[in-house]
Amino acid sequence: MSLLQVQDLSYVYSQGTPFENTAVDHVSFSLEKGDFVGIIGHTGSGKSTLVQMLNGLIRPTSGTVLLDGVNIWDKPKEIRKIRFKVGLVFQYPEYQLFEETVEKDIAFGPTNMGLSPDEIKQRVIDASNFVGLKPELLEKSPFDLSGGEKRRAAIAGVIAMDPDILILDEPCAGLDPLGRDVLLTQIYRYHEQRGNTVLLVSHSMEDVATVCDKALVMNHAHLEMFDTTQKVFSQGEKLRAMGLRVPQITSIIDSLSVAGVPLEKGTLTVERAVEEITEYLKREGRL
Amino acid sequence: MRDITLGQYFPTDSLIHRLDPRVKIVSLIAYIVLVFCTFNYYALALVGASVFVIVLMTKVPLKMYLKSLKVIIIIVLITSILNLFYGAGEPIFQWGIIKVTWAGIHNAVFVCVRIVCLILLSSVLTFTTSPTDLTDALERLMKPLTVFHIKVHEIAMMMTIALRFVPTLLEETDKIMAAQKARGADMESGNLFTRIRAMVPVLVPLFVSAFRRAYELAVAMECRCYRGGDGRTRMKQLHMSKRDAVAIVLSLLLIAGIVLLDVFMGHIL
Repeated sequence: MSLLQVQDLSYVYSQGTPFENTAVDHVSFSLEKGDFVGIIGHTGSGKSTLVQMLNGLIRPTSGTVLLDGVNIWDKPKEIRKIRFKVGLVFQYPEYQLFEETVEKDIAFGPTNMGLSPDEIKQRVIDASNFVGLKPELLEKSPFDLSGGEKRRAAIAGVIAMDPDILILDEPCAGLDPLGRDVLLTQIYRYHEQRGNTVLLVSHSMEDVATVCDKALVMNHAHLEMFDTTQKVFSQGEKLRAMGLRVPQITSIIDSLSVAGVPLEKGTLTVERAVEEITEYLKREGRL
Repeated sequence: MRDITLGQYFPTDSLIHRLDPRVKIVSLIAYIVLVFCTFNYYALALVGASVFVIVLMTKVPLKMYLKSLKVIIIIVLITSILNLFYGAGEPIFQWGIIKVTWAGIHNAVFVCVRIVCLILLSSVLTFTTSPTDLTDALERLMKPLTVFHIKVHEIAMMMTIALRFVPTLLEETDKIMAAQKARGADMESGNLFTRIRAMVPVLVPLFVSAFRRAYELAVAMECRCYRGGDGRTRMKQLHMSKRDAVAIVLSLLLIAGIVLLDVFMGHIL
């Protein structure tokens, strides 16, 4: 049985008014434990609405979300328990910090779960380790941190709930290139060590290509593709038609193969591309 | 949060929408005074009917008006019921210290109709006038106050900014609430005290972001050399037209009608 099963999920904003707008239209897919999925799609394609339905923040107009085989809306009163299992980090999460100290803010989620003080303390330490937050920062006010540190603290606040599924909505938006790489690596390491499922909503094809195993493509409220990143990114034409693109290195390799160099389509990383080109040159006897 | 209709602009192409906002504000004030100058049922009926006609003329769905009435229906009911028991004269019904008199009943009816008219009229003004028009008009109307060194332009600018940020802050509140709910914040259950405490995780970030926005806006305004009202010209000048004249005449007729009814048909209050 899949960890999370989404069946025929739809959401319509302002139903029954002139402003009616279908944000998610009959979407079905399922996630296994340990998946690292990138969700891509242009602005307004329904990504954010979709992820908010996965943790029960908004109730679908039709369709069901099954977590461990149980419909999350079976007991609407216990929807908070679902939110602890499916952790959602919103875009620009630093704007939700509110406590006096970083430590208290990270502890907000675990405290709401009703854990013991010792357990909470341990979780705060673990979570801040995962996001690379220095221990001396825990005593500071969240408002005294730098932008990048605030982002880390906010993400730690969700990781501290130890969710089975972690969803991050554009976690790298507005960070400098180095900050992006570091944060992405930390998220990847978290996924590796905990072995849990991570969903990454992103506009950066490079980010999705580097860290994700699978990619889910949304277009005009529809689920367009859901496959391994390599298979998704080997369909450059289709993606471009949706206003998306493939990672730079993938499009270089694609152009080379169109130009008659037999290379594998859908190559995702620069390292892999270097290997392939070297191999090709060796085969040709030019190296 | 989305149910708040009071103070919202609802654009349609009605006659009322096209009136000069200054005319609308002055008429609104006149009507409000008028609503409280009705002393018999004829006058009250005339005011009520006029308000109803104006409401229909705005072409704004009646549902919107009902929504703004919904917010204050409890206040209307409580004041009406209180008034019911505070009438002088012969009781027509008595139970212990509670007595209902004709005067009480009249009181209740008048209070109820007056408050409803008040709400409807102010809704007409805000539904049919865009916030910028509204503050422009207020600025023009308050201009004479500059004689007393009151900074009319600054007040109007503050109002414009405040109105401009209402939807932004509402949206922001929704976002922050969703984010805190995602961390297991419980805002729906518990008694009043725990519910107020549960708002802290929403209010603190909201204030922080409101201050941040204020600071950014101030910088942006300074970058464009904003320095108050002196010598400032406007892109959109307010103009009176024929229909404004008609509106003024009709309002004056209504006032005259009410005064005549009050004088000649006797007082019931």
